[in-house]
Amino acid sequence: MNTTLLSSILFISFVAVTLVLVFRAGRSNKKSATDFYDGGASFSGFQNGLAIAGDYMSAASFLGIAGMIALFGYDGFLYSIGFLVAWLVALLLVAEPLRNSGRFTMGDVLSFRMKQRPVRTASAASTIVVSIFYLLAQMVGAGSLVSLLLGITDSGAKTWIIAGVGILMIVYVTIGGMKGTTYVQILKAFLLMIGAALLTIMVFAQFHFNVSELLGAAVKNSGNVNLLSPGQKYGVDVADDPFKTLMNKLDLFSLGLALVLGTAGLPHILIRFYTVPTAKAARKSVNWAIGNIGIFYLMTIALGFGAAALVSQDAIKAADKGGNVAAPLLAETLGGGHGSTGGAIMLAVIGAIAFATILAVVAGLTLASSSSFAHDFYANVIKKGNASPEKEVRVARIAAVLIGGVAIILAIGAQGLNVAFLVAIAFAIAASANLPAVLYSLFWKRFNTRGAVWAIYGGLACAVILLVFSGNVSGTPTSFLPFDPENGINNINFKLFPLNNPGIVSIPFGFFMGWLGTVTSNERNSAKYAELEVRSLTGAAIGKAVQH
Amino acid sequence: MSSSENEKVWAETQASPEFQELKRKFRGFAFPLTVAFLVWYFLYVALTAYARDWVSTPVIGNINIAFILGVLQFASTFIIMWLYERHSTRNLDARSEKLRQQIEKELAK
Repeated sequence: MNTTLLSSILFISFVAVTLVLVFRAGRSNKKSATDFYDGGASFSGFQNGLAIAGDYMSAASFLGIAGMIALFGYDGFLYSIGFLVAWLVALLLVAEPLRNSGRFTMGDVLSFRMKQRPVRTASAASTIVVSIFYLLAQMVGAGSLVSLLLGITDSGAKTWIIAGVGILMIVYVTIGGMKGTTYVQILKAFLLMIGAALLTIMVFAQFHFNVSELLGAAVKNSGNVNLLSPGQKYGVDVADDPFKTLMNKLDLFSLGLALVLGTAGLPHILIRFYTVPTAKAARKSVNWAIGNIGIFYLMTIALGFGAAALVSQDAIKAADKGGNVAAPLLAETLGGGHGSTGGAIMLAVIGAIAFATILAVVAGLTLASSSSFAHDFYANVIKKGNASPEKEVRVARIAAVLIGGVAIILAIGAQGLNVAFLVAIAFAIAASANLPAVLYSLFWKRFNTRGAVWAIYGGLACAVILLVFSGNVSGTPTSFLPFDPENGINNINFKLFPLNNPGIVSIPFGFFMGWLGTVTSNERNSAKYAELEVRSLTGAAIGKAVQH
Repeated sequence: MSSSENEKVWAETQASPEFQELKRKFRGFAFPLTVAFLVWYFLYVALTAYARDWVSTPVIGNINIAFILGVLQFASTFIIMWLYERHSTRNLDARSEKLRQQIEKELAK
């Protein structure tokens, strides 16, 4: 049995089903142009909960975490925990007030009582930057999968396939809009849960359904006696170097902070709350999402440690430097190993599910950024609120094509990094640039235009600049520009910031700039805050535009 | 209805005791709970950073304290979700719905 062929058939079936859904959604979208943004706000809490799960559980969750656990043991599990606990911020503070006071984008809420143009410009900029970092991670995952499933390392062929994925997602978004994208995400969430459950049961079947036995086998097979202890990757103690040790610990806290505060600042997640009619439905969708996501992340223990126990770390690293294909390799092993029919079938099934996962998330990201570009920037900044809805949505479709194009180009450039790690960086940027502005907007009466603009640009610039001067970009053997003089690799080294995740500096900085901008400006708008506060808690006048 | 009359509706609702009670019931529950789960989460992160030997102590077979703490984070997330749902159904939904109807009647005048 040929894995490539089978995997292609399964994946093409998924694509065919989703295309039918998307075209049907596209036809029913005709009722109102703005259905492109919110799918008519007609989904139920349960449907939206599944769609949120489908939007959230990206390549990072499925491929990245499994790989991280397989290679570094317990530290990979930290991602699962942070990604889940983060939902409480969204549930308790953001989902319901946001549904009640906005319509289509994060910028709706941020600009509610502010001067429209500066705040919407900032909001669109940060939505697009965060989404592009997130897209990058997904496309890296897609690249790793293509190499594994099709056995090609030739960059030309890989490029074509990634371009194909990109074009598909552009079709989903431009034709299906929010409704089509939601159907794709619901279907994907369902497939991903089934795939992960299948792997989990097969892993446990090998170890008499005993977690302890699985963990013991993972330690034995990896040859790392510390696999079950934290500290194999994060917060490493460096003997005789207290500074380095401290920096490692801070990097761990920085990662933890970014994970837990990032979710409620992710634009593609925030706009999902607009697809349901009421705050109560938004809350129910978060509950359903937490249930699904929580169960999935518990299963990452089986996926990650199962891969550690049954596949060799060398094989995982050989197939992909970042460990991103640990879960598909585990599937192949469980099916009977490389070259067996069972192995080929399992690899093909899990590979196709992973592809579907990536496709759904990429569509969500493209939708969020193109919506923000069209609704915040084009309609409210360039046209000053005088664009017709039809024209606005046409711009959104064009923006989706352009952003999809950027994602394809970036994906071709960046390969071989762990996607969970890349997504954690997108979380750090979202938590720095968006979360302070969202929370201040909803809960701080005094907050004003300068505060919002400084919070967004301050947090965004701080996070991105620290990233550029971190070891991710230069100065270490694994940087984007590798630096390893002992082995004769001498790229330019401008590493000045000692941490890999900027969150611990940039998130407080975003909050600080929001405060500083607010108190140094005399602008106050108590009347509009009264409206925002009342609307956010009661849902009165829900879905209606704010009069400015 | 002119926008200044609308403004009056929002301002009067905001000042009303019913709204203030709703706001207090929401914030009084959501804010302390947010602080609590963040403290608990960072306590967990701090233990994995600084109490490595302790969290590596096996408890049940190969399952160590770090795993138990991790699974407890899952459990606390589910429990908080359940608590908030219960609080909303009992104390927030009806109050907010009543205010919404009042406001929309006022706005439609």
